[in-house]
Order: sequence, then structure tokens, then C-alpha cells
Amino acid sequence: MDQDACQPTPGAPCPSGENNGRREFLGAAVAAVATALTGCGTLSKEEFLQHNFRELSKEEVLTVIERLEKEYKEKFGREVKVANTPPMPGVMFGYALDLSRCIGCRRCVHACVKENNQSRDPEIQWIRVLEMDKEEGVDLQHAEQYYNPAEVPREGHFYMPVQCQQCKKPPCVKVCPVGATWREKDGIVVVDYNWCIGCRYCMAACPYGARHFNWGDPHLPSKDVNPDTHYLGNRPRPKGVVEKCTFCVQRTRKGRYTACVEVCPTGSRKFGNLLDKESEIRYVLENKRVFKFKEDLNTQPNFFYFYGV
Amino acid sequence: MTTLRNFSRFITDTLRMITTGGPVYYAWIALLLLLIAFGANAYIGQLHTGLLVTNMRDQVSWGFYIGNFTFLVGVAAAAIMLVIPAYIYDWEPIKEITILGEMLAISALVMCLGFVMVDIGRPDRFWHIMPLVGRLNWPQSMLAWDVLVLNAYLVLNYFVVTYLLYCAYTERHYVKKLVTPLVLLSIPMAVSIHTCTAYLYNGLASRPFWNSAILAPRFLASAFCSGPAILLILLQILRKTTKLSIKDEAIFKIAELMAYTMGFNLFLTAAESFKELYSGTEHMVYFQYLLFGLKGHTTLVPFAWASIICGLIAFLLFLVPKTRTNWVTLNIGCVLIYASVYIEKGMGLIIPGLTPDALGEIYVYKPSVTEVSVAMGIFALGFLVFTIMLKAAVPMMLGEFTISRGKKGAQPAKSEGHA
Repeated sequence: MDQDACQPTPGAPCPSGENNGRREFLGAAVAAVATALTGCGTLSKEEFLQHNFRELSKEEVLTVIERLEKEYKEKFGREVKVANTPPMPGVMFGYALDLSRCIGCRRCVHACVKENNQSRDPEIQWIRVLEMDKEEGVDLQHAEQYYNPAEVPREGHFYMPVQCQQCKKPPCVKVCPVGATWREKDGIVVVDYNWCIGCRYCMAACPYGARHFNWGDPHLPSKDVNPDTHYLGNRPRPKGVVEKCTFCVQRTRKGRYTACVEVCPTGSRKFGNLLDKESEIRYVLENKRVFKFKEDLNTQPNFFYFYGV
Repeated sequence: MTTLRNFSRFITDTLRMITTGGPVYYAWIALLLLLIAFGANAYIGQLHTGLLVTNMRDQVSWGFYIGNFTFLVGVAAAAIMLVIPAYIYDWEPIKEITILGEMLAISALVMCLGFVMVDIGRPDRFWHIMPLVGRLNWPQSMLAWDVLVLNAYLVLNYFVVTYLLYCAYTERHYVKKLVTPLVLLSIPMAVSIHTCTAYLYNGLASRPFWNSAILAPRFLASAFCSGPAILLILLQILRKTTKLSIKDEAIFKIAELMAYTMGFNLFLTAAESFKELYSGTEHMVYFQYLLFGLKGHTTLVPFAWASIICGLIAFLLFLVPKTRTNWVTLNIGCVLIYASVYIEKGMGLIIPGLTPDALGEIYVYKPSVTEVSVAMGIFALGFLVFTIMLKAAVPMMLGEFTISRGKKGAQPAKSEGHA
């Protein structure tokens, strides 16, 4: 992917990272080509040269956020706040979903889209609800995502919403060739949308279909923008990068529930701090029979399914 | 200083060489340029709209581009098919043509890199994957490994070819102490590019179709069938159209070696199919989708069987000495095995790996017009690179095109140019 730039003639030295001035020079020179490669001609030199989020100093992060907020204001004609709230110490987020209560209404799916500024056309959904046969149990070969009856739940079926399982051993993080995705200290797997090259290796690696790609320019009408965003979460995404559920990092790091937990009419969704003995999530883990989806793959999700009744 | 002057003359003379030719040459180059322009135009459209213009979606997130990439890595690796017997057994008839294999590897790698470049969503961020400048996730990511070995292999082949031709051009004998170790190094390098590419899929536990221990051996076996098939046809064309003398013996030896690798390739395919179909676990669905269709979706079925049947016929044609040494049946066999591996290592590998998807959904993928057009452009680019290299290399190898063209034929230059 980088190769063409690196070897026009044998013996010509590859640009190395030891010299920042040179890097800048190289960047400016290549920026024009790169702008053409985005196909939209709006790539600024600053954006092109921006480094991986984890390598940025505090000041650099603030500069980047300022630039993004300006961009979003121009694009959507309204203020969009981009937060950079770090993980809270002593917090490890966990999620539990009660399969016996879920009725498959998909309110969580739509609340998620609204909260997290996904593209509306084509609509990207971070939660996929599977309709399964009660006779078959949890069996993906008998799962239907596009069920559309007049009323749910349908006789003889149960529903299994699937979203990012926030694995302790995330295969997506392991395979990313550029380190554009990683697991934060509070257990949330995040993506730096400004570093992702869009190779989609993580999508092949994810056993849960939890990663989604912006195949086209994300279409997000101004009126639908949720202005309360996080850099690693629901800020509007560019074309050609991967995105995923972040446990509503913009909410949960401020002590709020995720949008899907809040909207669920049956109380099937439980969320909290796994390190807090008094939390509801701990109660579920200690008193219910839980299972992990595709536990044989040893991804070790922090997302659990259980049968509450 | 002399070396530098000679090298710059080498470059300018080569440039002159590749820009002058007969009407057939010009027509061929024009056709390739036209196809490249056609592909570039489609790619510009893709850049503008995004990968939405392909038929890839979240369910099948890799398709035609990555399939072609995988196949071509095999072609690039197959250069060693010719180097191994030539250097290990010091077998002269093949030794003369290994340089052609190396040029084929370079062209295949150019196409590989092209296919990866058009597949990524943010080509403007290519520098993120460059070691030191960007942030290469090495050694965790198999893709990071692949980037490193593919580029190293490209540089290695490029250097060896350039050096050998430069020596032929300056009418000097190449330094054996330099070339032999490099050529020997290219053998494990070739194995490594295809192994890394196989591991790229192999390491994904989420995709049972790829998560099989014999995936890398299957990659190598099939590469050693398809790569030489291209070369065999090419060698026949070259000795008809140029003064390059390639002995029948060399061609038949390669054909014999191919018979063994084809047999082995079929055996590995059978081993994999047996394991999946006989044990019949839920992981069988991917094989079912490929070979028999699943829930009424049979898009891949005719291709899968065409691949198997072509492979079988080609194996028989190469196995029997009589058909192996008959030009008609030999060439039919080459085309058949090429087609077989192209299906097997391209769409036949990528698509069933992703169908049904991680949540059991069947998304029927077929490449879009844009994907086919862009791919055509990349293939044309590869052919252009290969044509240009051949145009300059063949006369150099023959000693017809040297620094002192006035003194052409003054000394027998033939042995110098050949590796």
C-alpha cells in the first residue's frame, strides 16, 4: 500500500522517521498526490500529516480536536463538541444481555444509530438483531437478520442482538496493520478514524460482524447530528474507514448509560463496572447463568448473554 | 566514476530501447496503455464515490481485488520453481531462463501492490503502513509481515535482474559471489511471501474456511502449478519471436516438475475436502457454498467445479510423457491449470471464506463493472512492465545490445547475460 512511494529507484533511501523536518517536507510534497487519492480534494496538510492518536501529545490532541470541530461546523452548520474524556480509573465496562426478555423490537438498533452519528444512507447499524428458532437454539445457520413481521416477538422465535463484544483478546486489534484500533484501559475497543487505512482486515478477523465500513461518503443530515461526541467514539466519520460500537464512550465515560441500555423497553440490557462489587452487572454475573458468544474462539468478551427468567 | 557513467548510459540506452520498436510492438503498447487508462478512469470514479461502487459490503468485505492479489502473489513466488533446480542441481538449460522468471515475479508484484492499493479505503494514508514513518503493527499483524516480505522480495528481484542485465550490457561477467547467494536467498524469500499471504487468512479463527493448517502448503503447491504455466507459454513465444534459444529439454523438464506439484496440489485439495465433508461439522457450510451451493445460492458452484475439472485434466496431460512433450496438449494443459488455480486461489478462496458471514448471513457477491475494469487496468499495467523489461532484457541477454554496440559480436557475450 505504501510501496510505490517507497521505491521508485533502487538505492534511493526510504524516508525515515528520525527527522521531523524531513517528514514534514515529504508530507507537503506528497500531500498533493494524497489529496487526489481521497477523491474529494478537501484533505488539509494537517490532516494528512496527523499521527496516530496514541502518539499525540496533549497539545497536539487539542489542536486536532479544534480542527475537527471547525470542520464539522463548516460541514453541518452547527456546533459539534469533540471530547477526549479518558478512561476512569478503576473502571472496566461490562455488558449483559437477557435473551429471555429481548423481544426483538430493534429500538436499540435505531437509538444507537441516532446517538452515534452513523451514516443514514446507506444506514450503518452497529447492533444486529438475530431472530432464531427456539427449536434450534443459538445457531447462526438458522438466524435471520431481516425479519419483518407485523408484531414481535414471533411465535417460536427468540432474539439475539449482537454488537461489539469488547473482547479482552480482540482479534481485530491483533490484525490491524497500522495500529489504528486498540483496547482502552476501561475495556473499550476503539478506532482512530484518522489513522485507519481502510484495509478491512479487522472486519475479516472479527467473529461477531461488529465492524462496519464506510463504503461511501457517510450521509448524515445536519438535523440528525448528535453534537455531543468523543474523538474515539461517535464523532462524524470520513469515507473509507472502519467503525464499531464503543459502548457509547461519549456517554459512559461521564457515568451515563449507553443509548441501547436506556432505550430498551424490556430491561434486557445491563451495563456497568465489572470492578464494582455493588454494580448490577456484577449481580448478573454472580447470580445468573451467563455465556459468551463463540467462547471457543477465546476472544474473551466483556459482553455476556444470560437467561434472566 | 566510470561505473556511474556506464550506469547512466545503461539507463538511457534502455529507455531508448523500450521506446523504439516495430508496429506490432507499438500496437501492443498502445493497447496496454488504453486498458490502463480505462482502468484508471474506473479507479478515479471509485476514489470519488468510495468503495460503494464495488459489490463488496460489510458481509463480504474482500472480493475480486484481494482474490487477484492472492493469486498473483503465487505467480510471483513461482519464480523459484525455476531457480531451485537451476541452482541446486546446477542444471544449465533452466539456468538461462531464470532471469525471465525473476522478471515475471517483478511484474506480478507490481500487480499485487496495485490490487492492494485499489482495495484500501484510504489510499491517501498509505504512509501509515511504512516502517518508521508510520506505525507498522509488527510483529502482531500478518499484513505487516506481508508488506515487509513482498517489498523485500520485489527489491531483491529488481536488484538481481538489473545487475545481471547491467553486466551483460557492459560486457562483463557477473560476480558469481554476489549473485549466487542472492539467488539462493530468493528461494526462501519466495516461499515466505506466499506463506505470509496464506497466514494472513490462516490466522483468522473467525473464518473456519481459512483457518486450516494446510492452507499455506496448498498456496505453495498451487503457485508452483500456475506460475510455471505462464512461463512455459512465454518461453515458446520468446524463442519463436526472438533469437533466444531455449532448449526443448528445459521446457519439458519444467513440465515434468509441474506434473508433480499438480498431483500434490490435487492431493491437498482432496485432503481438505475430505476433512470438511466427512466430519460434517457446521464449518462445512463454506465448502457447501463453494461446491454445492447453500440455501439456493449457487453462484460459485460452476466455477468451483470448472476449477477442479481443469486441474484434473491438466494433471493428466502433464503426467503422461507423451502429452507432456506434445506442444498442443502441453499448451492446453498450461491454460487449463492456469484457469484452475486462478479460480481456486482467487474468488474460490476469498468468497467462501466470507460466505456465510460471521453471523450466518449469505450475501451473494459478484464483482461489479468497476471492479472488473480496475482489475483489467492493473493487469495491463503488469503486462506493460513485463513487456518493457523483456524488450530491453532479451537483446541484452543475447549480447546484441551492449555498451559498445559498434563492436557487437567482437566477443561472445552470450554466457555473460544469463543467470
